[in-house]
Amino acid sequence: MPELKLPDIDYAALLPMLILFGAACVGVLIEGFVPRSVRNMVQLVLSLAAMVAALVFVIRRAGEVTAENAATIGGAIMIDNMGLFMEGALLVLGLVSLLLFGERTLERGGAFVPHAAVTVGSERDREQAVDSGATEVYPLALFSLGGMLMFVTANDLLTMFVALEVFSLPLYLMCALARRKRLLSQESALKYFLLGAYASAFFLFGVAMIYGFAKGVDFRAIHEAVRGSETSPTLLLIGLALVAIGLLFKIAAAPFHVWTPDVYQGAPTPVTAFMAACTKAAAFGALLRVLYVGFDGAKWHFTPVLGAVAVLTMLVGAVLAVTQTDLKRLLAYSSVANAGYLMVGLLGGNKDGLSSTLFYLVAYGFTVIAAFALVSLVRDADGEATHLSRWAGLGRRSPLFAGIFTFLLLAFAGIPLTSGFMAKFGVFGAAIAGDQTWLVIFGVLTSIVLAFPYLRVVVMMWLSEPGETTPSVSIPGVLTSAVLGIGTVATLLLGVLPGPLLELADQASSFIR
Amino acid sequence: MSLSAYIPIVGLFALAAAFGLFSVAIAPFVGPRRFNRAKLDAYECGIEPTPQPIGGGRFPVKFYLTAMLFIIFDIEIIFLYPWAVSFDMLGLFGFVEMVLFIVAVFVAYTYVWRRGGLDWD
Amino acid sequence: MLTSLWLLIAIPFVSGGLLLLLGRRADRWGHWLGVLAPAVSFVLGLIAFVQLGGRSDKAVEQNLWSFIAVGDLKIDFGLLFDPLSGVFVLLITGVGSLIHLYAVGYMAHDERRRTFFGYFNIFVAAMLLLVLGNNYVMLYLGWEGVGLASYLLISFWFNRPSAATAGKKAFIMNRVGDAGFALAIFLLFKELGTVKYTGDGGVFESVGQLSQGTVLMVGILLLLGACGKSGQFPLQAWLPDAMEGPTPVSALIHAATMVTAGVYLIARSNPIFSANPTLQVIVVSVGAITLLIGCIIGAAKDDIKRVLAWSTVSQIGYMFLGVGLGGGAYALAIIHLLAHGFFKANMFLGAGSVMHGMQDQVDIRRFGGLSKHMKITWLTFMMGWLAIIGIPPLSGYFTKEPIIAAAFERGDWTSWLFGGAALLGAGLTAFYMTRLFVLTFHGPKRWTEGQHPHESPAIMWIPLVLLAIGSVVAGFLMKTSVVTWLNPVFEGVETAHHESVIPHSLINILGIAFTVIGAGLAWMLFQRGTALMPEPAGPVVTAARNNLYTDAFNEVVFEKPGRWLTRALVYVDNKGVDGLVNGLAALVGGGSGRLRRLQTGFVRSYALSMLAGGVLVLGALLAVRLG
Repeated sequence: MPELKLPDIDYAALLPMLILFGAACVGVLIEGFVPRSVRNMVQLVLSLAAMVAALVFVIRRAGEVTAENAATIGGAIMIDNMGLFMEGALLVLGLVSLLLFGERTLERGGAFVPHAAVTVGSERDREQAVDSGATEVYPLALFSLGGMLMFVTANDLLTMFVALEVFSLPLYLMCALARRKRLLSQESALKYFLLGAYASAFFLFGVAMIYGFAKGVDFRAIHEAVRGSETSPTLLLIGLALVAIGLLFKIAAAPFHVWTPDVYQGAPTPVTAFMAACTKAAAFGALLRVLYVGFDGAKWHFTPVLGAVAVLTMLVGAVLAVTQTDLKRLLAYSSVANAGYLMVGLLGGNKDGLSSTLFYLVAYGFTVIAAFALVSLVRDADGEATHLSRWAGLGRRSPLFAGIFTFLLLAFAGIPLTSGFMAKFGVFGAAIAGDQTWLVIFGVLTSIVLAFPYLRVVVMMWLSEPGETTPSVSIPGVLTSAVLGIGTVATLLLGVLPGPLLELADQASSFIR
Repeated sequence: MSLSAYIPIVGLFALAAAFGLFSVAIAPFVGPRRFNRAKLDAYECGIEPTPQPIGGGRFPVKFYLTAMLFIIFDIEIIFLYPWAVSFDMLGLFGFVEMVLFIVAVFVAYTYVWRRGGLDWD
Repeated sequence: MLTSLWLLIAIPFVSGGLLLLLGRRADRWGHWLGVLAPAVSFVLGLIAFVQLGGRSDKAVEQNLWSFIAVGDLKIDFGLLFDPLSGVFVLLITGVGSLIHLYAVGYMAHDERRRTFFGYFNIFVAAMLLLVLGNNYVMLYLGWEGVGLASYLLISFWFNRPSAATAGKKAFIMNRVGDAGFALAIFLLFKELGTVKYTGDGGVFESVGQLSQGTVLMVGILLLLGACGKSGQFPLQAWLPDAMEGPTPVSALIHAATMVTAGVYLIARSNPIFSANPTLQVIVVSVGAITLLIGCIIGAAKDDIKRVLAWSTVSQIGYMFLGVGLGGGAYALAIIHLLAHGFFKANMFLGAGSVMHGMQDQVDIRRFGGLSKHMKITWLTFMMGWLAIIGIPPLSGYFTKEPIIAAAFERGDWTSWLFGGAALLGAGLTAFYMTRLFVLTFHGPKRWTEGQHPHESPAIMWIPLVLLAIGSVVAGFLMKTSVVTWLNPVFEGVETAHHESVIPHSLINILGIAFTVIGAGLAWMLFQRGTALMPEPAGPVVTAARNNLYTDAFNEVVFEKPGRWLTRALVYVDNKGVDGLVNGLAALVGGGSGRLRRLQTGFVRSYALSMLAGGVLVLGALLAVRLG
């Protein structure tokens, strides 16, 4: 019997992921054994502790990365500088959005429904209206985040696929858990699940094609095959297209964005915030790795096509944002457009493109989490009042929150002294340096279009008289206040003093093949 | 590779087919014949064989839960089987990994148990 | 002390910030903090001044941190303490402290007194930054800071429409000048790559490399800035209106310190101004025109503070004349500035004291005979009056007379022009100041009903007395010591010495004669009081009453065309630009509405669109490969 060769496993490098998965398992046990009354607190503390611990190990790892120790588990996972930066960014953004999960002062029992399976409108549904919400979201979020960490460090397409599923499945579930507007929430979860499965199928099919071309699924093999293979590249291009579609679905690029508005609107707002910041970051991390490490040799093939996708994404996001009347949908289309801007940086195809995309992801993540946190504050008897008309005159009612929201919208619009400006400036600059000026032209044009819906919200808040239906802004609890504070301060700081993060992103912008 | 390696499989197929044919053929001769209403109903995973007039054929989620639990343990067995076959080769490392895997499934099982997933009512 | 110059600025800045941030909590003690801050700065400034006197190099530079570093543009937050900034620091903090003290009494009944002191301290900090900076950007920073403080303080009583308007007027007219100053800085950076005064190839060392045209351009732009800040022709109109602010503000900002920033700017930039004779003629002309305008209008005004304001305009005209003449006259302008700081602050505070006793009456036709009721104010005001008209041995005599003499030393026909103007100005100054003094303190009472004039409290008259002493003795002290003290700053200036067209002794006699004639004339005309309402008068007086039609001129030449331009632009904007924008917006909106229908909500159509997208991406990739 031949001796099986066991892979080397660098547990220290994998520790952040292992902590998250382990904590998630403990979280599942807590669901079983800890009394319901204290469960929320225990779960929240455990999840936060796990994330902080994971973050500590990510930071400790920083600076110790070498070409030798980056790859582990037989090359399935690659923890290089870029991967480490993405891990850190995901953990920080996840940590901030997790605070929103724990908020319980805005609504009795929190934003999540106790038993999602109970038929909407039934007797039991009315009974559970006052019960404490499901605490399963914490382990689900941990599983999802662990999957994302794996996704951005995956060094072959199969690991990447597994990670994709690991982080997607909990998300589908979490989308269905809204306490209010439950039918909408369930519908969104089902749509997300179906389309997600559909996109995964594309991805997997693509992996098979690429295996056929490169006789391997790890990025080094693909890289070599793209550079030197005698085989006809048709298989490669079909595979690349299909894999890219799977990833473009996750980043919400047009025309694979169709799920975004429905899901962003239907999902519980904390989950939306988590998705908008972390899913986007993770998917971009993976896309960057696939395109920069595996398929860099096919750059001349994919750049024009993905450029067209980017332009379409920006156009669709910006133009459709104009007629939205629901704030969460508006932010969803804004998120689509931002995916386009991120792709502009990515297609710059140089080191600047990489670092500016990383900066953009972090900057955008903070702003969008704060924006959704604020959306969760404007409530009436039916939960969040997300229709635009309900925000009219909010500036008179609560100048502080309207002011913060205005600031965040200006950041989305890319006004100087906000992180949005530095981020857009970075990606556009990188694209120009990479000879992709046409993308920048579209980027600037759509930014102008996109400024309109943002400013319309601002005008509504400040220049309209508050109507009788204008809801008041709830006083946020400690957790939401913390999220708002962190998000707003980060948006301001990254706009005024972007230096440290830019430097960090610059150091991180190197892959190991 | 020679095809001779597949001969046992063909043999297994033949044995299985023979067993099935034998069972069906012999049952009417050796089994007792006591009929009642329940026995005449077709068994189809608990689902009424004819569609319900109202609700388009809704039926309790419990059946699905049971089926899904079965699948989880089924998959566990599928993983356990090849490990058992090559236990010698995988050694301690394989053992630890498999324990971890079983623990993970067990965690899920505990959750289902504690949250009442195994109670029929 | 020379190693921690930043304290000078930081103390009033922090104090002002505290006063504004603490809010009502500081209402009870805030004004005393407000007084303490400039006083501490004064003590520190005095120590630094003495220490500087003991050094041989006479200039201390400190770079605190890198303020702006973009590409080639590297600007340090740097401070420079040399004889010029030294005397300014003492003037600002010394006179400033006295006026702060006075304001404690003057503003006692104002419920926003704490805010007032907050702004006042911020002003002092900004003004100190202005004079202590070691490059033009620091100067500009302080320049805008004092502009802001001035705006806030002019419209301090913002619920009075006239105060709010005056604030806006000051702000807008200053913008014109500031734009010039900013352009000058840009031009210097473009041509020389630095904005530092000296050291490391600073502006003053490399001004010789510039072409005469560039020097002229830089100089004119700097002069524009200086004119805006100092209320010089043609940007003088805001200064008299600025008297809407509380009187201590008029005394400190619009008489003693801020408005002299223009003089400081030109004196500081002496290597630039000395490098081009045309430039100097322009500066001298501005000074001469302004000093005459100020005198003529001042003689026709009836509002006590406006008269003093026009007198300030006129006196700063003398200073511009001095700095324009160049050479040794730079130092003369600076000592006149310092002396003016004393006697004008003294008179403004005296005017405030009169208003305090007369229930905020400002019309000098409604005063008269106050000398018996307000003895201290009367005596101190008299010192200021004698000082400004230049009666020996009070300070004005020692500082103004040399400027007149210097104006006669230009060596060509312009000597007669500028010398004559300066001499005439001296006579006119004597006339209108005497008119003011006599109508206020002597002659019959012309009070309105129910007036009970009384002396102001001690906290107000103590600063008056101190400033009056300064008005008396400062001139002589400065004539002898400060001119030599300032030597290191102006020693690089080459002096093309010309003989005076008439002998010095004659100028001296003429100056005193003009003064005595002017003062005597005014005394005779006004000792029996004056009409209570404006009487019909000849064209000259009418013109003077209307500010020599400068406001009307501004309205016709700048405001009307500006309005027409705005209207035309609004029209173009409404019809053309808005049409285009609205059309585009309609297009986008329409497209959005149509695209929106694709978002049906059916997951099957979503999947279909994804499939279509997938086919397109795949097709496009293959097409790129084939093509």
